[in-house]
Amino acid sequence: MPTPILSVDALNKTYDGGFVALDNVSLEIMEGEILALLGPNGAGKTTLISAICGIVQPTSGRVTVGGFDTQSQYRGARDLIGLVPQEINLEPFEKVINTVRFSRGLFGKPRDDAKIEQILRQLSLWDKKDNAIRELSGGMKRRVLIAKALSHEPRVLFLDEPTAGVDVELRRDMWEIVRALSDSGVTIILTTHYIEEAEAMADRVGVINKGQILLVEEKAALMARMGQKELRIDLNKKIDAIPEELADRDVELSDDGQRLIYRYDTRAERTGIVRLLSALQAAGLSVADVETKQSSLEEIFVGLLQDQEEGVAP
Amino acid sequence: MNLQAVRAIYVFEMARTFRTIAQSIISPVLSTSLYFIVFGTAIGSRIDQVEGVSYGAFIVPGLIMLTVLTQSIANASFGIYFPKFIGTIYELLSAPASFLEITAGYVLAAATKSFMIGLIILVTAFFFVDLQILHPIWMLTFLVLTCLSFSLFGFIIGIWAQNFEQLQLIPLLAVTPLVFLGGAFYSITMLPEGWQAVSLFNPVVYLVSGFRWSFFGQADVALVWSIIAILGFTGACILTIGWIFKTGWRIRA
Repeated sequence: MPTPILSVDALNKTYDGGFVALDNVSLEIMEGEILALLGPNGAGKTTLISAICGIVQPTSGRVTVGGFDTQSQYRGARDLIGLVPQEINLEPFEKVINTVRFSRGLFGKPRDDAKIEQILRQLSLWDKKDNAIRELSGGMKRRVLIAKALSHEPRVLFLDEPTAGVDVELRRDMWEIVRALSDSGVTIILTTHYIEEAEAMADRVGVINKGQILLVEEKAALMARMGQKELRIDLNKKIDAIPEELADRDVELSDDGQRLIYRYDTRAERTGIVRLLSALQAAGLSVADVETKQSSLEEIFVGLLQDQEEGVAP
Repeated sequence: MNLQAVRAIYVFEMARTFRTIAQSIISPVLSTSLYFIVFGTAIGSRIDQVEGVSYGAFIVPGLIMLTVLTQSIANASFGIYFPKFIGTIYELLSAPASFLEITAGYVLAAATKSFMIGLIILVTAFFFVDLQILHPIWMLTFLVLTCLSFSLFGFIIGIWAQNFEQLQLIPLLAVTPLVFLGGAFYSITMLPEGWQAVSLFNPVVYLVSGFRWSFFGQADVALVWSIIAILGFTGACILTIGWIFKTGWRIRA
């Protein structure tokens, strides 16, 4: 059983105006994994990261990183953390290499030009090292933020919406960077509201909404557990209406009359597929093709948020 | 103690000073030279000696104080306000550095810059007036303490300010009048008695008086009061900054 490198216990944050940004959040993150925190805008993702990293003062609760309490042993905890913020917050007139050196020093590490070179090369920034930051493109600036966060060799890296407002090519680029970092042993927590991103990158997915963690699960398990499947049956002959034999089978007929669609739950004891197929035979329908489709994380996610609205436990 | 953090902030801030050398160093020197020409040479030549010192020389300590005070406040307040303004403060807040270390980095850099400016103005003064410094060690001590304490004060203003207007507000509305009325260009003994009493509530009087004593051996108030005033002010600023970082006032939500 791997030990958690980061542990969040009953964390609450209520802002001065009374807005509850975090509502009793508990979470454990294992060393080396990629966790995607998924949630709509304003769900509390950034507040959670900020409270862990020391930017926001939690109202109550406890966070430990590598066993260090982020309040009482903040030096030990923060040594282990690198943070890539959502906004491109960089000093525009400073040179790339100086700003990365600054970050390393700020985190208490002695100057190490070889290490800085390695990080800048890893992020394809070495050619730009003497450029002022304002001369860089948006994608390059994001890389500089990552380089700054990596400069003190953290074991846990937070990426807050790393691909927000980034074009498709750059996004894939960013994913590759994150995978490479993960391969080098860094634990990664990324927030996103792109389901596609969580699906492509994460080992585990946490869903957060209205300051509450709705669930945290292995991505594959989540999709299997929550996933509804769709069985699509293409018919040899067009039909006008669903035959009587299938009336109680909960199937839909496509608009063109050529396809029957049946949704079932993989978790259910009986999926009803066998009975459906017998009923098809009884109705005398001849099947041309059969196809199944797993519902995407997006559909699961939307379903979870709807359940929360309606007060249903996931 | 994260001394690397202090060093990193200091080096980063000093790099900014040298990157903007014209506005950092040249402009205060130029404006002070203009003061010398107008007050010292043009008007001063028509004024008798003040307390046995030629007027041109008499205003040198006050002029240095005026510039060092405003520069210390401006440098330190901008130093910490700028990261707030452009958002890079997230890095300071998430770093394994205490308030003492962060403050030390910014304040030492701001104080170094105003100390340099103070010395440059002093050197410039020698071109305009005949000047002697009776107590050079005390002169440097006062200069260093003033640079440090007003950089601390500037740091507080930088944290307090929520926009550029507020950043300018206190230096403009409070500090400049206090310096002008603090005996920078005259001895408070030249004032009517009632105003002399009022002047004693102006902290800058104590700074200018002590600093001028180190040049000419004459003071408006006893030296010990000047030392107490500047140490007291420094202490109050440090306590305020400690409270700010403890509570996160205006920096941590």
